[in-house]
Amino acid sequence: MLNGSTFIRRELMIRIVRAFDSGTLESELDRIPIKLRPKNEPSSRCCVYHDRAILKYRLMALLGVSVEEETDEAKPLSAYYAEKAWSHPGETSTPKTPLSVCGPACSGCPDARVVSTQNCRGCFARPCVYNCPKKAIEVVDGHSVIDQKLCIKCGKCITACPYNAIVKTTVPCEEACPVGAIKKNEFGVAAIDFDKCIFCGKCFNACPFAAVMERSQLIDVLAAMKRGEKLVAMVAPAAEKQFPGKIEQLLAACAKAGFSDVMEVALGAEKTTAHETAEFIERMEKNPKTFMTTSCCPAWVNLVWKHLPDLVDHVSLTPSPMVYAREIVKAKDPDAKTVFIGPCVAKRSEARRKDVDYVLSFEELGAILAGRKIDVIACEPWPVPRPANPTARNYSRSCGVTDAVLTEATSKIPGFKLDAKQINGIDRKTCTMVKLHASGKIPVNFLEVMACPGGCQNGPCSLVK
Amino acid sequence: MDKVKVEICCGTACYLLGAANMMNIEDQLPAEWRGKVEVEAKTCLELCEKENLGGAPYVRINGSEIMAQATPEKLLTRIGELVEGVA
Repeated sequence: MLNGSTFIRRELMIRIVRAFDSGTLESELDRIPIKLRPKNEPSSRCCVYHDRAILKYRLMALLGVSVEEETDEAKPLSAYYAEKAWSHPGETSTPKTPLSVCGPACSGCPDARVVSTQNCRGCFARPCVYNCPKKAIEVVDGHSVIDQKLCIKCGKCITACPYNAIVKTTVPCEEACPVGAIKKNEFGVAAIDFDKCIFCGKCFNACPFAAVMERSQLIDVLAAMKRGEKLVAMVAPAAEKQFPGKIEQLLAACAKAGFSDVMEVALGAEKTTAHETAEFIERMEKNPKTFMTTSCCPAWVNLVWKHLPDLVDHVSLTPSPMVYAREIVKAKDPDAKTVFIGPCVAKRSEARRKDVDYVLSFEELGAILAGRKIDVIACEPWPVPRPANPTARNYSRSCGVTDAVLTEATSKIPGFKLDAKQINGIDRKTCTMVKLHASGKIPVNFLEVMACPGGCQNGPCSLVK
Repeated sequence: MDKVKVEICCGTACYLLGAANMMNIEDQLPAEWRGKVEVEAKTCLELCEKENLGGAPYVRINGSEIMAQATPEKLLTRIGELVEGVA
């Protein structure tokens, strides 16, 4: 859904592409914050100067610079850009940590608490007092008061109160993080613990101050195109319905934008299906009591590696559709560079491991198309050698992988039975659920996990959810 | 009685900056306005460059009136005013 955070991020991206193409980016960069927040005009935060400071950090993140790594506050954006544009030509730069927290943008939300508000009427029945399991609520001077030392934030009083007088305040990023990786540091500002972070991107979407930023490779891609490198756009299956028009028209738009070749990642998904099915059958033959879990969602794979070490052996060893797509590109032209285009933050961490050169989000691709005045609906459909099969195009949806594997397996072994379960969106409960599956308490032999509810099209960087 | 003509810019810039939310505006029209409004999705109207990018998404009404930072709510209100006017 569009809000102030997504709007400003997209607006800045489009401005960057336009300025890059007109050759004025270096001279314009430092002026963008001033242009967008001129003095004597309204500000979004306390004053235009605070707004401008944060716009500078936002532009830094768009240049691919980690806000946490800033050492010289006086260093202008143009200097970061100059380093970026002229150093290591041809070298790729997938950042190790694709997310970055901008301290000055963080509002330092007060810790989550359950509090009684002015709506309290100090009623006679006092359901809050009676329902509190910790006896943490007292009525003082006709108003309920919650003792924060005793309160366990169970929320029973919230549901009990007929006046909706009791509320829970939250820290949205901490609430959204499924693994407790984002916490306030000693300065009261959110910071990500990258040893724990699985790059699911939930905090990136949750923060109402847009303090969590994605480290972009937009400039790297634009610069590589300008150097005349052959960049192949690999468009994720989740692109369906993200832009107006058909997927073939989006491929044509990518080609028009300057990619040397384009392909659907769904073609890679076909290979994933074939391998994953074969792997599954083999595993079941060896040990019918075991279970296998999917490997295409990178946030899920990160979750297993970092937080569920007992499950590592259960994760399918089959490469993801992106990895197979890269193989297809490299087989055709070993010199070509690969650009994965999708709705995912965690794919940036997978791309780094699997030698995919660049990752762009749908937002960043949109910015390139907008900057270069390419309308997807005005493009003639790209002549694909053959469209990917429907089960592969459906990979990005929850149940899509299960469906593809089941279809493939039944075509090989008639009457094949799959005892599949899906975890549709990772949250704090997921780890408990997964452990139940693993212990055999909930029987399953094929466990599909998607970090984003509904699948990739609801990913952190998708345009339409 | 002329129909109210609504042209929604579906250029990629406007699409990214909010036009995606207005694609189904026709379905949101109250029944009594149907037939009195003509909605068209247009390729880039080039207002994001002539006017300013922060004003996207743009909608053009009756060929000349420009609505900047259009939202479904703003657009429906304006359509309402015009429909009532011509009715």
